Amino acid sequence: MKILNYRLIIFILSIIFGVVFSIPSFMQTNSGKKISLGLDLQGGLHMLLGVQTDEAVTSKIKTIATSIKYFAEDEDLLIEDLSINGDSITFTILDKDEAPKIETMLEKIGGLEVGLDELTFNVSLTDDEIVRTKDLSVAQAVETIRNRLDQFGLAEPTVIRQGETDIVVQLPGIRSQEDEKAARELISKPANLELMAVDEERADQVYTMSDAQAASYGDIILEDVKNPNTLYLVKEIPILNGEQVIDAKVAFDQSNQPIINFTLNSSGARIFGDFTAKSIGKRLAVVLDGKVYSAPSIRERIGGGSGQISGGFTMIEAGNVAIALRSGALPASVKLLEKRSVGPSLGADSIQASMVALILGFVLVVVFMIVYYKTAGIIANIALITNIFIIVSVMAMFGATLTLPGMAGIVLTVGMAVDANVIITERIRELLRQGLSIQKAIEDGYSNAMRAILDANITTLLVAVILYAYGTGPIKGFAITISIGILASMLTAILGTHGIYEALMPKISKDKNIKKWFGVS
Amino acid sequence: MEIFKTDRIYNFMGRRLPFLGLSSILFIASIVILFTKGLNFGIDFAGGTIIQVKYEKQAPISDIRTVLKTKPEYANAIISEFGSKEEVVIRLSGTSSDLSTDISDKIHNVLASTGNFEVRRVDIVGPKVGGELREKGVMALGLAIIIILIYVSFRFEWRFAIASILALIHDITIAMGALSLFSIEVNLDILAAILTLLGYSLNDTIIVFDRIREGIQTSKETLLDTIVNESVSKTLSRTTLTSLTTFFVVVTLFAFGGEIIHGFAFTLLVGIIVGTYSSIFIAASFLVQLKFSITDFRSKEAEKLKRQKEKEKIRAMYEKGTV
Repeated sequence: MKILNYRLIIFILSIIFGVVFSIPSFMQTNSGKKISLGLDLQGGLHMLLGVQTDEAVTSKIKTIATSIKYFAEDEDLLIEDLSINGDSITFTILDKDEAPKIETMLEKIGGLEVGLDELTFNVSLTDDEIVRTKDLSVAQAVETIRNRLDQFGLAEPTVIRQGETDIVVQLPGIRSQEDEKAARELISKPANLELMAVDEERADQVYTMSDAQAASYGDIILEDVKNPNTLYLVKEIPILNGEQVIDAKVAFDQSNQPIINFTLNSSGARIFGDFTAKSIGKRLAVVLDGKVYSAPSIRERIGGGSGQISGGFTMIEAGNVAIALRSGALPASVKLLEKRSVGPSLGADSIQASMVALILGFVLVVVFMIVYYKTAGIIANIALITNIFIIVSVMAMFGATLTLPGMAGIVLTVGMAVDANVIITERIRELLRQGLSIQKAIEDGYSNAMRAILDANITTLLVAVILYAYGTGPIKGFAITISIGILASMLTAILGTHGIYEALMPKISKDKNIKKWFGVS
Repeated sequence: MEIFKTDRIYNFMGRRLPFLGLSSILFIASIVILFTKGLNFGIDFAGGTIIQVKYEKQAPISDIRTVLKTKPEYANAIISEFGSKEEVVIRLSGTSSDLSTDISDKIHNVLASTGNFEVRRVDIVGPKVGGELREKGVMALGLAIIIILIYVSFRFEWRFAIASILALIHDITIAMGALSLFSIEVNLDILAAILTLLGYSLNDTIIVFDRIREGIQTSKETLLDTIVNESVSKTLSRTTLTSLTTFFVVVTLFAFGGEIIHGFAFTLLVGIIVGTYSSIFIAASFLVQLKFSITDFRSKEAEKLKRQKEKEKIRAMYEKGTV
């Protein structure tokens, strides 16, 4: 029997692997891959946001209505009663011959269901287009939120889509309530900038008008941002929306109040220029998230495609609005579905408590194994320790996150990892009692125990896979830890200990003291 | 050191009816508690808000109550000590879906008069999320049971599968009964604990069943009761030892793991005790009650072996080209 057998070599390699790759995690060095701590252990903010995708559909309809309006004006087509009813747009043309032009234009937009009854067009989105719009709105919301958080300067924010309409946002290391609040505000700000024309014909009736009446004129009533009693009657279909904004910066006006300068893209600039040229003397409402910030009268054509939003921002607000505008509008508002925030001190306490439990439980198991099984117990303990190193290494390599339940999973693995060795050693003892030689007892003990260990481990592994598939956050972490623990214990407790016995075989055969080796007489 | 003499055979099956009786009582009692008292669903499943607050000195619980009572939106708040005298948990049934106005800001202002404190944790779970989690939890449990049934049927025999599932349901129901009895808050980590038990209890049962299968295949014995007694007795050391080491760890987790892990550790504690008991006294009884037939099993195994031999023979003939 040679001392270096293939099992022992594999085991030694796995010890080296385990120790080397777990050093960064244990020592918290800066080089190498480490286990990252979950928010419950390091503190931070976890949020599940629901995108109100229906809003994205409504706003898409609105954009299409705007396009129809400006197309008609550009081409000098006469249309009337352009209005939005729920999810569809209706309008009437005066000249039947102009219908083909409009149909071609609508076809170019794509994804539309166009009905023409006599002179009345009825335009709505196809079902496919609605699904696509919703999907796109979530994707865009993820992108927008990510951009905003990046610009906000937080360490390692995670923004991931979950399911059809939800977004998971994780912000580790948020230290104070103020930080958290600022982050939440930044995320939730729709930053939907609209430039809207004031309906000058009916503006003085605004205070006596109901929303329904306003709608019948194709108008809506909006409040002033500072004074909710000041109302504006504006055309429902905006001249421009935030999609055309390409840049936004904080600046200051003459009285040194913070304002936001924005720049429009070329098509936006053209529309803006044309509109202002046509509407000199009329008012233009600057609307952000449904509130009117200012409504200056247009004195001249505004070319160049830049404008400003003034209206009593604080410096911080102006900064956040500018970030929000730059990174694009949220296509639909987001709702908070779930929030978990853990203070850093609580996380530290949790780590400490579970470390104490881990070490104590570990010591208990180790001592018990040695008392009960003597040398066989020591060998099982070597496997157990290697097991822990391997779990830590593999988790670090996969960049897995260690959560509190994950920590509990490791603790539990310590208890259960010795199981394979208990089964094997019990089998060996049984065979020794039947009078087999130690060498034969070890060989047969391993082969007899193998089937039971495999069946038991595979069923547990199957359960872990289901947990992973159906669980969320912390449960997934738990499933990963348990699975890695089981696989690692197969490597260490079955292969590794067998290798050690093989290497020790000459000694064991010469010694024949089964009390010393297996704790039985 | 040894706890059980391996050569001693205990007559478990002879006394299986009293144990089945005891299990039935525990099982029925658990069901009754579950239906009358119900589970105390935490916010993970029921939705709601939890705010954990740590004061510099002992938490003024009665002051907090008085202050919160004056605000209608917090009138139904439940305030309780959490782990230590300084820490308090405030539970609210409602949630707000508005991102910009948050409950943690508000509570800070409301409680400002009660002393210096730090908000350590705020969990808000909306009703939709809670419902989804509950659904997924039930799904996961159901799916796990189905997969186990398939695997064990495939590796052993269908009666083994049924018996192991019955043992599982037995263990999990009693564990849940204990959760209900002690009003432990059922959250995601408790679900994880229950699913761990599922694996653990199954593990134990399968080790015993494996011995039974081995006994049927190797010994000449025709009485199932005797084989079961032998197998359970021979695995007794292993069953108790592994349970003991796991128990050590779970007990330390329960004692030193802190308040947050308390429910998790408690569930495992109960589960390990029940799981160990059931794999020794109950699981194999189900097999006997299901009228598992050794002779059928042996003839089926022999049939399998014969078919395999025949296949090999045909293959050998084919390969030699003498069809």
